[in-house]
Amino acid sequence: MIEVQHLTKRYGQVMAVNDVSFRVERGEILGFLGPNGAGKTTTMRVITGYMPPTQGKVVVAGFDVFDQPVEAKRRTGYLPETPPLYPDMTVREYLTFVAKIKGVQAGERHARVAAVMKKIWIGDMADRQCGKLSKGYRQRVGLAQAILHNPDVLVLDEPTAGLDPKQIIETRQLIKELAGTHTIILSTHILPEVAQTCQRVVIITKGKVVAVDTPDNLTHRLRGAETMYVLVDAADVDATSALQAVPGVTRIGTSDRHGSAVGYEVETSRGQDIRRDLAAAVVSKGWGLLELRPLRMSLEEIFLQVTTDEGDDDKLKTAATVEEVAQ
Amino acid sequence: MSNIFAMAQKEIRAYFGSPIAYIVIGLFSLLFGVFYYAILDWFVKQGMQMAMGMGAGPQSLNVNERMIRPLLQNATVLLLFVLPMITMRTYAEEKRSGTMELLLTSPITDVQILVGKFLGALSMYAAMLAVTLLYVLVLFAFGTPEWRPIATAYLGLLLFGGCFISVGMLVSSFTKNQIVAAMMTFVVFLLLWIIDWLASSATGLFGTSAGPIIEEVLNYLSITQHFDDFGKGIIDTKHLIFYVSFITFGLFLTARSVDSERWRG
Repeated sequence: MIEVQHLTKRYGQVMAVNDVSFRVERGEILGFLGPNGAGKTTTMRVITGYMPPTQGKVVVAGFDVFDQPVEAKRRTGYLPETPPLYPDMTVREYLTFVAKIKGVQAGERHARVAAVMKKIWIGDMADRQCGKLSKGYRQRVGLAQAILHNPDVLVLDEPTAGLDPKQIIETRQLIKELAGTHTIILSTHILPEVAQTCQRVVIITKGKVVAVDTPDNLTHRLRGAETMYVLVDAADVDATSALQAVPGVTRIGTSDRHGSAVGYEVETSRGQDIRRDLAAAVVSKGWGLLELRPLRMSLEEIFLQVTTDEGDDDKLKTAATVEEVAQ
Repeated sequence: MSNIFAMAQKEIRAYFGSPIAYIVIGLFSLLFGVFYYAILDWFVKQGMQMAMGMGAGPQSLNVNERMIRPLLQNATVLLLFVLPMITMRTYAEEKRSGTMELLLTSPITDVQILVGKFLGALSMYAAMLAVTLLYVLVLFAFGTPEWRPIATAYLGLLLFGGCFISVGMLVSSFTKNQIVAAMMTFVVFLLLWIIDWLASSATGLFGTSAGPIIEEVLNYLSITQHFDDFGKGIIDTKHLIFYVSFITFGLFLTARSVDSERWRG
């Protein structure tokens, strides 16, 4: 549905986006993740046809954004970082104007505006001026504007930025609902958002793509080994040797202490599930097994790992493997 | 076409939905009224003097020639101050509020946006002129002015203002700041206004070979000189072409300016 091929964008000497390529399939939600200034907004602006690329091309719904801009834009809805509202217009006037310039037929306009206002829950604000809306409502009107002409592709630049927690949850829910009929790219620097809403993640930093994968795979694959956290109440006996005896364990470290209970981090080689054996080992000694869980890297850690250590070759290699796997 | 219309409608709405339209029209008609009064006063005194002296000859004062023409000619000075207020927001406001992103990512071309905005500003200006027409109509109650020269004068005013509007839109496309846009527009208008003052000193500046040519060019560029014939009731294609091509060129540059901003980001 969306194909970004070797996209490069330069602002004078500054390289904002450097040779970025990825695809988004129909009906998918793609998370676009990166620190501020990584080139997310620039990439989105090129995809939506706001600005032309320096090199490379973008194809949206089969139309090259640069060669057939009107056709491509007809099929794209865009919510910029700040919702593009006219403060003097009421919500209804605004949406009617947008419907006109987005090519919604005159006969359908009224019904379409009403339907979208209902879907995004802004019906109660229909006759209020856009300039007097709260941040949450502005964001919603912005979203309404983006889906007004029922586009195939939705590009949302930080759709939940500045909203309160309840609104964030509502917005995410809304985005998930839209995913069935629309293909969505959404950018964010809030990581749980990606884990919760997106099927695939593109991590971009300093204008370059460093990882493309599902959130789950990212958390798994970026870690060479898997680690279990075991909290054992062994009455001040050191359990290390007993745990070491379990087949598959490669390394053990003590992490924390809660009274008589000690937490251990047990590393195993990848792909082996040793939870049963670990539990059996602890119980057979007569110790108390208080906790046993896999330690996974959170998306935050991955994100930091991929985006900050670019001097570290190993890390980059890991990211590169992830990318290969994804393809 | 419907896109242009939607855009123009939105612009007109923006003028009349905010205080701009009312302030501009109010100020303009107030100042126009002052001009009107001053010239009418002078006209009446002239008439009385003529009637008293030399026992009223066969000639009488022509209302068109002595009253309406100087009035509308002087009114063009007001445009210098008033039109920047109309054009300053055209692009600057869209850029500042981020709505430029909406327009440029909608299935509507840059030219449609441009022409829509121009027609919107021109309609606003036409509304302003329409109010002044009331003053002129009063004269019909007390005299017998010719309506044709009035019509051509208004056509001239419309074209004259159109030139300023296209320049004002160009300036507005340079900046996000409406005040800066208004100031710069005023300066550019003023330069266009007084460009023929430079013409007379061209020979002194550029020598006798290049001087006369530059003088002629500067005189031709003088936006005010082309208005004279319209005021007299003459529609000369020479002036018509000048104004229309001036407007087109101004809009063309505006389109280029918006486009280049896209590339630069």
